[in-house]
Amino acid sequence: MRRAVSRKRKQPLTSSARHWLVLAVIGSLFAVMVGRALFLQFFNADFLKQRGNAQALKVIDVSAVRGMILDRNGQPLAVSTPVDAVSADPSKLYANPKSWKPLAKILGVRYSELKAKIKRNNKRRFIYLSRQVLPDTAERVMALDIEGVFLRREYKRYYPLGAVTGHLVGFTNVDGRGLEGIELAYNESLRGHPGKDQVIRDASGHIIEHVSSIERAADGEDLVLSIDSRIQYLAYRALKKAVVEYQASSASAVVVDVRSGEILAMVNEPGYNPNDRRQLRSSYFRNRAVTDSFEPGSAVKPLTVVAALENRYVTPQTIFETDGGTMKLSKFTIRDTHDYGDLSVSDAIMKSSNVAAAKIALQLKNKELWSVLDGVGFGHQPGSGLPGEAKGALLHHSDWRDIRRATIGYGYGLSVTTLQLTQAYATLANDGRRVPLSILRRNDAPIGEQVISVTTAKQVRRMLRLAVSDQGTGKNARIPMYHVAGKTGTSRRANGKGYSKLYNAIFAGMAPATRPRLAMVVVVNEPTSGKYYGGTVAAPVFASVMTGALRLLDVAPDDISEDRLLVAAGSSETDPGQDR
Amino acid sequence: MNGKKGFSIDWALLTGLLALSVTSLFVVYSAGDQNPDLLMRQSIRIVLAFTVMFLVARITPDQFLRWTPYLYGIGLIMLLVVLGAGVIGKGAQRWIDLGFMRFQPAEMMKLAVPMMVAWVMVRKPLPASLPTVILGFVVLVIPVILVIKQPDLGTAILIAASGLVVIFFAGMSWWIIAVLAALVAAAAPLGWFLIHDYQRQRILTLFDPWSDPLGAGYHTIQSAIAVGSGGLYGKGWLNGSQSQLDFIPERSTDFIFAVFSEEFGFMGSMILLLVYLFVVSRSLYIAIEAKDSYTRLLCGSLAVTFAIYVFVNIGMVTGILPIVGVPLPLISYGGTSMVSLLAGFGILMSAYSNRWFIR
Repeated sequence: MRRAVSRKRKQPLTSSARHWLVLAVIGSLFAVMVGRALFLQFFNADFLKQRGNAQALKVIDVSAVRGMILDRNGQPLAVSTPVDAVSADPSKLYANPKSWKPLAKILGVRYSELKAKIKRNNKRRFIYLSRQVLPDTAERVMALDIEGVFLRREYKRYYPLGAVTGHLVGFTNVDGRGLEGIELAYNESLRGHPGKDQVIRDASGHIIEHVSSIERAADGEDLVLSIDSRIQYLAYRALKKAVVEYQASSASAVVVDVRSGEILAMVNEPGYNPNDRRQLRSSYFRNRAVTDSFEPGSAVKPLTVVAALENRYVTPQTIFETDGGTMKLSKFTIRDTHDYGDLSVSDAIMKSSNVAAAKIALQLKNKELWSVLDGVGFGHQPGSGLPGEAKGALLHHSDWRDIRRATIGYGYGLSVTTLQLTQAYATLANDGRRVPLSILRRNDAPIGEQVISVTTAKQVRRMLRLAVSDQGTGKNARIPMYHVAGKTGTSRRANGKGYSKLYNAIFAGMAPATRPRLAMVVVVNEPTSGKYYGGTVAAPVFASVMTGALRLLDVAPDDISEDRLLVAAGSSETDPGQDR
Repeated sequence: MNGKKGFSIDWALLTGLLALSVTSLFVVYSAGDQNPDLLMRQSIRIVLAFTVMFLVARITPDQFLRWTPYLYGIGLIMLLVVLGAGVIGKGAQRWIDLGFMRFQPAEMMKLAVPMMVAWVMVRKPLPASLPTVILGFVVLVIPVILVIKQPDLGTAILIAASGLVVIFFAGMSWWIIAVLAALVAAAAPLGWFLIHDYQRQRILTLFDPWSDPLGAGYHTIQSAIAVGSGGLYGKGWLNGSQSQLDFIPERSTDFIFAVFSEEFGFMGSMILLLVYLFVVSRSLYIAIEAKDSYTRLLCGSLAVTFAIYVFVNIGMVTGILPIVGVPLPLISYGGTSMVSLLAGFGILMSAYSNRWFIR
């Protein structure tokens, strides 16, 4: 450095003490910065990198699409549509009150409610603001670009047939878990497995990038039911009409393909629309056809006859005296509503005589009657695949007294569900071979188990055809073009103390009678309009559903005689006759 | 050297400044979500600031000396104007809108204050006597208080530092320094009660940022994470995940160093610090070489203030200083600070060009 001879050269800036002091200070400032950089970027780099990754890298659930539920022809009964859940980090949303109003407006919630929700949760990091939001609404929410608000894909379950398949299909909760019906029973396979994705999220929680898929989401499997939604709809409509017409408290109907054991229709009243569950009572949810058991009454008589025929106590022509319509058995009196005089076994079924049925039962050994009832599935869960199947009540034969055998002979002292009764009639229809029921579509009919001999089954079916003849109790069950075989039942409803004044109107039958394809049971509980006979209340439901079902299934008619057509066409509301 | 009075560029200083400006463009592009508009505006500012620098470099030190009191006076008046407007507008007010840009009087004071203090110091022969020192403190304290009132603590600190450096260089005697140091030490606890709550919080946060990771500690933690996760070599330009994911607040302005060091790592930071060190050293050299006391005091102050500037910003970003709003000189996105900084380097260049005159 050049040193000029100048007064100013002696000025303090060049005074070496201050000069060096300043240099030292500047040097140490830079040294501190270097040291700090070394500390952060070398010694602490791994820790800080990890902290950084921890806040940016997140593992999120990828929701699996729940499988569809389809009817046997591929008609969807439950489908999942993509919607969004709008969620928020309330601690961030809390800091941004200006965004609340537009947010509330788009989500369609009250501003005051939203405000309260955010304030209440302001220390938390996650809340749902709104579930099951339509995608375009969700898009408008995201367009507001509010920090701490994000979407999660979820699915809304939609039931195209609504109330028609309500009990059967059931429903899921908002998290996509099955709560009722098929949705509950097959939840695991329908649900699939949610996957896990590793994502990078920015400071506002928006997903910026999908890094990798840790676990792929496996979508749920579609489930094909045995239900034919066309028949289901017929049954739904006919049953609803009967319930309204006869002012019944509830009702159930089941249609089964007798060869494959597939349930083609299953409906209950009162029903509910699973798409709109706001004003529902949980009592509506019960699939009564499988959960509720009742005393089947006269509908059991054909099985009593089966036991007697199988064990060769009687032939169809064997005559029983009905003792003027009453019969005393220890303290009990068994009554017919008319005095039928002497009845053959066939006539006893046709007229539905309690006295004759009891007499037939009394000829049997406990075990002989019990094994027929047991064989057709009474006292066992049908195993159809529906949730909540009741077993009904069938006491073991070793515990029967004679009176029990006699009352069981005409349908009291045991209880069954609509589904069990349908299975019993399906077994009769299938030449005595019991095929396990199924709510899922079958590709091959299972072999089943011969529980009643073919001969006996045929003999009883002939009696059941008589029961729907003009002289029988079930003539309202007749339909054009097809022979019908079936049995009415009108059982008094048991209450806690004994029997009430209310009845169950039952019809159980099959068609075409010469070569049965379908079995159907209709149970209408507590009709209060004055009419309560199974032949009046339940048989028309059977006829109406069966007429449509056989045509829909292209079942060849077995009754094309002209007079039958005329009779069917002119069928009138006449006294259904005796039923007990 | 060149015998004619006039203007020549100090190429060494210019090289350093250009290096920083080019770096600025790259980092601003990355920090600003690769927004070309942002880049364009920063480029325009750089061109404008360099133009100002070249213009200022043409002015001779004698002219600076003559204009100093006027510049200082105008600066004070404008500070009062913004303060008044801020009071009326019931909010912080730091700038005057000139239409095409916002002008912050406080930025002008970063130059006017050291100029004025130097002007006061050289009125009597150096080393400065006690009355001169006191006068120097008076012209220093008034604008500092006005800037604190804005409130802009960061700028106030820088202005105060620039003036103090001048007084220090002017030969303020050591015993005055000792007394002042004692006074500051005594006043520190008092100051604790005078500062705003949020400022106190920022100081406390420095000692334990993790005590409130989402609140007061958020800035400190996030920038430490960003800097640290850059590691030795950085994640590469545009690849700083912490910066790009919005975790760093103010990342194109005050916290731009976090973005830089996440993407360029320890090595990049060291190179940047070396460039800064080079600019500071060159500036100090120019100050020493300057032709008269006024220029020397002013240039010395500008050089040291620049170093403090760098230190305060990097110290804040790396978590060794409390958070005060000081941009990283010549790198941060933003207008007036770049103009005032380069105007300062214009003064340095002028001093260097004119170092042989009036000797």
